[in-house]
Amino acid sequence: MAEATEVLTPDSPEAAAAAFGEGGDVTIIGGGTIMVPLVTHGVVQPNKALILADAGLEGVDQSGTTVTIGAMTSVSALSELDAPLGPCAANLGDSEVRDQATVGGNLCAVAPPEHPTGDLQGAFVALGASVRSTGAGGERIEPVADFLADRDNRLVLDVTYEQPQAGAFESLDRPHTHHPTPLAVSGARLADGSIQLAATGAAPTAVRLPSAEAEASDPDAAGTAALGDVRLVDDAVSSAWYRERILPVLVRRVLEQLG
Amino acid sequence: MNITVNGDELEVRSPGLTSLLRVLRDELDVVGPKAGCEAGGCGACTVLVDGAPRRSCLTAVAAIDGAEVTTVEGLGAADDLSPVQQAFVHYYAAQCGFCTPGMVVAATHYLDSGGSDDRKEIQEALRGHVCRCTGYVKIIEAVAAARGGNFDLTTTAEGGYTTVMTGDAK
Repeated sequence: MAEATEVLTPDSPEAAAAAFGEGGDVTIIGGGTIMVPLVTHGVVQPNKALILADAGLEGVDQSGTTVTIGAMTSVSALSELDAPLGPCAANLGDSEVRDQATVGGNLCAVAPPEHPTGDLQGAFVALGASVRSTGAGGERIEPVADFLADRDNRLVLDVTYEQPQAGAFESLDRPHTHHPTPLAVSGARLADGSIQLAATGAAPTAVRLPSAEAEASDPDAAGTAALGDVRLVDDAVSSAWYRERILPVLVRRVLEQLG
Repeated sequence: MNITVNGDELEVRSPGLTSLLRVLRDELDVVGPKAGCEAGGCGACTVLVDGAPRRSCLTAVAAIDGAEVTTVEGLGAADDLSPVQQAFVHYYAAQCGFCTPGMVVAATHYLDSGGSDDRKEIQEALRGHVCRCTGYVKIIEAVAAARGGNFDLTTTAEGGYTTVMTGDAK
């Protein structure tokens, strides 16, 4: 297994970016919760691996109303933050997985086609967060939704968002250590008063729910409208039939909390 | 690379991306941690890395070069069981025993870091640990009781254990 893999362990963010270069042939090991089993089982056979454990990319920085979270920050380090991100992080996996899993890994999580993954993504989308990453063409800062649509060969450095006026998170209550959350909705009333909603577990990556946002003043109508924003996944964790019944409920609950 | 396992500093020669679980079991012959799903979903491989519970199957060994690892073997010996291990015996908290090493490691950390005997909190602490014999009730009872460390174990002539509870049941 992986005998010929070149393993790099950069000891600073700059060294990590330099070692990553333009990506391409580099497999990133953040917390390892996704990638290490893939390597163990031979699904991924890296030529070159970048272990970020000592790269100094972790930390939550709150200066004024701006929150910046390093890529190697553990999910458990987020669990005390305000909704939607805090409760969303606390809902992920179990305490051991949360200690090990990282924000960067969650934003880059790729499950087999059609299986939703990346529990934190919905909260970041709802917050209107931006991702700073490096790779071909140098550093890039972009909205998290844009990053999720085009994230091959990128090394995440950090994620930034402005503290919202209010936030809420609701999920299907089900033990799911081994699986990403079957369905969850994050919502935020941003600093400018606008409401943003996003679902995790509905589609392979998080999706924004613009039709539901447009109906935000009527939580019941918004719940129904949300169904028009996403083609719901049907998988072993939850059928599309079930997701279709739960999504409106979660949207309604989130909007009721946002008030 | 070097890691300290249950107090012994050992050299690791496996490739850096090898999981800590496979290093422990296949290279270092420390077989307490069990290979269940090897994908982070069962908790049978949980060990302490620098004092914190961690899934060894999710950990690339190169990411913890120089760390101190404690497996279930490091928590007690056959003739000197830890309070959690004694409680597991007393409550018959092990059926097939496959999940037990991970359960004992996680429960020990939970209690050592001030965990209470509240059933819900114990459940949350052990949430990532699957017992396919479904022996959860006995496991949770054992962890709650282990907080008092109130067991008196004696070795039987056959090499097994009998236990007498010496404190109040909780």
